[in-house]
Amino acid sequence: MKEFRQARWDEPLLKELSRPGRVGTLVPIEPLAHKNLKDPSLLVPASMRRERLELPELSELQVLRHFNRLSQMNFSVELGMYPLGSCTMKYNPKVSEAIAGSDSMRQAHPLQPDETVQGLLSVFYQLERYLSEVTGMERFSLSTAAGAQGEFAGVLIVRKFLHDAGRPDRDEILVPDSAHGTNPASAAMAGFRVVKVPSDSTGQVRASSVESLVSERTAGMMFTVPNTLGLFESEVEEVCDAVHKAGGLMYYDGANMNAMLGHARPGDMGFDIVHLNLHKTFATPHGGGGPGAGPVGVKRSLVDYLPVPVVSRKGERYVLDYGLKHSIGRLKGFVGNSAVLLRAYAYIRLLGGSGLTDVSSLAVLAANYLWKSLDPEAFPVSHGQGLRRKHEAVVSAKSELSGSAMTIAKAMLDRGMHSPTVYFPLIVKEALMIEPTESEPLEMLDEYAAGLNEAYKALKEGSLGEVPKNTTVGRVDEVKASHPLTLKVHW
Amino acid sequence: MKDHRASHPLLPNLDEELVRVMLEKIGAEKVDDLFSDIPPKLRLGRKLRIPEQSPEYTVRRELLATLSSNKTPPSSVCFLGGGVWPHYIPAAVDSIASRQEFYTSYTPYQPEVSQGMLQALFEYQSLMCDLLGMEACNSSLYDWASAAGEAVRMAGRVTGRKKALVGGNVGPGRRAVIETYTEPMGMEVESVSFDASSGRISLEDLRRKLNDDVACMYLENPNYFGVIEESGAELAAEAHKSRALLVAGVDPISLSLVKEPGAYGADVVVGEGQPLGIPMNYGGPHLGIFAVKDLKLARSMPGRLIGMTSPISDPGRSAFTMVLQSREQHIRRENAMSNVCTNQSLMALTAAAYLSTLGREGFKKLGESVIANSHFAARRLSRVKGARSPHFQGSFFKEFVVSYRDAKARSVFRRMSARGVLAGYPLERAFGLGPEAGLFCVTEVHTRDDIERLAVALEGALA
Repeated sequence: MKEFRQARWDEPLLKELSRPGRVGTLVPIEPLAHKNLKDPSLLVPASMRRERLELPELSELQVLRHFNRLSQMNFSVELGMYPLGSCTMKYNPKVSEAIAGSDSMRQAHPLQPDETVQGLLSVFYQLERYLSEVTGMERFSLSTAAGAQGEFAGVLIVRKFLHDAGRPDRDEILVPDSAHGTNPASAAMAGFRVVKVPSDSTGQVRASSVESLVSERTAGMMFTVPNTLGLFESEVEEVCDAVHKAGGLMYYDGANMNAMLGHARPGDMGFDIVHLNLHKTFATPHGGGGPGAGPVGVKRSLVDYLPVPVVSRKGERYVLDYGLKHSIGRLKGFVGNSAVLLRAYAYIRLLGGSGLTDVSSLAVLAANYLWKSLDPEAFPVSHGQGLRRKHEAVVSAKSELSGSAMTIAKAMLDRGMHSPTVYFPLIVKEALMIEPTESEPLEMLDEYAAGLNEAYKALKEGSLGEVPKNTTVGRVDEVKASHPLTLKVHW
Repeated sequence: MKDHRASHPLLPNLDEELVRVMLEKIGAEKVDDLFSDIPPKLRLGRKLRIPEQSPEYTVRRELLATLSSNKTPPSSVCFLGGGVWPHYIPAAVDSIASRQEFYTSYTPYQPEVSQGMLQALFEYQSLMCDLLGMEACNSSLYDWASAAGEAVRMAGRVTGRKKALVGGNVGPGRRAVIETYTEPMGMEVESVSFDASSGRISLEDLRRKLNDDVACMYLENPNYFGVIEESGAELAAEAHKSRALLVAGVDPISLSLVKEPGAYGADVVVGEGQPLGIPMNYGGPHLGIFAVKDLKLARSMPGRLIGMTSPISDPGRSAFTMVLQSREQHIRRENAMSNVCTNQSLMALTAAAYLSTLGREGFKKLGESVIANSHFAARRLSRVKGARSPHFQGSFFKEFVVSYRDAKARSVFRRMSARGVLAGYPLERAFGLGPEAGLFCVTEVHTRDDIERLAVALEGALA
């Protein structure tokens, strides 16, 4: 086993590093503007003047050291394998950073007249065409900021469409029990009642159970394909039919689209609405939790319902179009997470149509290979034993000890590799959800599988000991974190 | 998958031999077999209609060429604001935000290997609480508008009331997003009018509209016109009399000089963190600020929170982890406070780096520079024939409205833009100002020459 030690700097908080009088930068001052102005702060009405301002006081180097040390205590894709299931932690090409970091992107203001940003709008227009081709949708709105906001937009479209059709009484959304938590949360935010659809013993949703749950109250269904177990839903077409027959709309959660590129399209399966997570499938960095982008796409009959703005073409010009007749409105203050969109476009260009298809082929190949490299005694699957996995595999950490999944996850951290997602989906006991992505070389997949197998063996034999021990800190006290709750430090 | 395709830098296993090894372990003959669970009629069965791959050089060259047609500095000068503002970003801040250890990580689900991001987000929460005068700040939402939408939803949830009052002088984009967010809850959004001369919210109208149905009053300070709301304390007191929450929307830069919302009675603060070291990026990614005064409200708030704790084995040392997760979608599903998952963490980290780089002295100087420059510019524009600058009498911070005696705001906007001056974003007619008017934003990045260029452009556009 290779040695790994994560950095530990015992880095104090900014406030502890502060010393009165230090500054990290000089602010530009225009002398002419300050002429005859003794104290500019007196321009603020007396009743609203700030009396006390506390901020740390550090030199430029001190600030850099502080954050650079913090960065060394943070695991990332460019340091090691990060197979967090459902998150598609693939490599984010550096050239995308270089392009998005150009001044012509950074300094573009979202309220600039359209004619001054034709270059950027043309890129967005083209990106929308590519996303439509990949999903089989008619049009996309690029304005939604993340997957969950795309979902919210999607269910708002369902809501508005049904209201316009005179069916506001359709107030139920079907969501499988294997779905991400964002699905029921988004449906509830849009005012729907959530009807849980059970998966069967193979981990899939059967059309018959959907048929038994739909009614006059059905507004639609949110469906993730492949699902969170990494399985393609073999009755997806029948499920779409059942919901359509009942008068509802079908929503495709694109979280797992990394398995589908160039192989199958939600539009062809019968879905009406789709969201994509560009930070997953289209390789934009996850930013320690965000930003992302979650464009939402629809079939022709729903185009007028998309959130605005959309990018439209008028003759030779591209415009931000706010004029969709039935639009659900706006979800973001400005255009969208434009710099994320630009990176996704660059990624598509780097791979091209065949390359994107290869991405999914190789992501699926990697997930199945890693799964088959695991000790089947140690890591059984609870659902769909004989089925192929798509982009990820979910196994149970088998052990007489409860908490075995978490223990094994922590043991992986000690090896300089990130753990899989643990305890999700909720329908699997001691779940470890592993999504290696197409980015990992075969050697790394082997190392990861060996790590999991060895960790299990050590756990079973009782030789694992305290884990993790090679990380910046040992196991964190989650109880103390909430009692008492400390959400900030005081100055 | 073709058998003899050339290698690709993003696809390390695109290699006939490796594919064979992997298939063998899996027990499949060809890659296509891995997709045999997809019903044949659902298989695409053709190539994607997307042009074939390009080398990095080509993509970079073409995209940069396309983007260079954007009119941005130095080929133009930007005086646009409205919720996204041009500010200088110190190189040190960019350097920190560009650390791959931060930007290629994800949500710190495994705190032991993610202490860096967790501590940075905790520092962000602390810095923002001080700046806003609040007790709990989440570690980011998408942007100001969606944060405002979430705040009004939270007010509806905790009060059980169905009406939201919104200043008639708030940003139209924010107002629109609040409506989208709250409509499914059956909430009604009503405007509180503003004083036509000062541009400030009318306290009388607020009194008239407050009643037992009102969940909250949402105001912006400075408001969309750049005007500082002088009666913060009175507005808060009125809202509280009806047991409604006061939600304040802020440009954090203004808090260098303007009283923190917690000090005049705000219960919730939302705002746009973009000016804290984040590029304008044609609309995003930006930073939605969301903070509450009462810790009890923290249990009802949306978004991720980082708390301070210790390693179990070492109680004397500090460590950080996500807390109050039972509010969130991955635990509570349809009963969660919000559906938010992916947020804008990297931007929160950037804001922490920015605030600590400027520091107490620098941040105050920044405020002084911004207010001095914007007042200087407003005075200069007051000498332009046909322009009333500033249109409102109320004190302003970095933005101000200029009205035009007899010109259309849209054509003034376009004409100035044609001269390379992006300024005077047209004010919607819905504000009911009477004359047509535009919004101007002046910050520390603008020199006297830039401001002179602005004045000349406005003169030309009004001539």
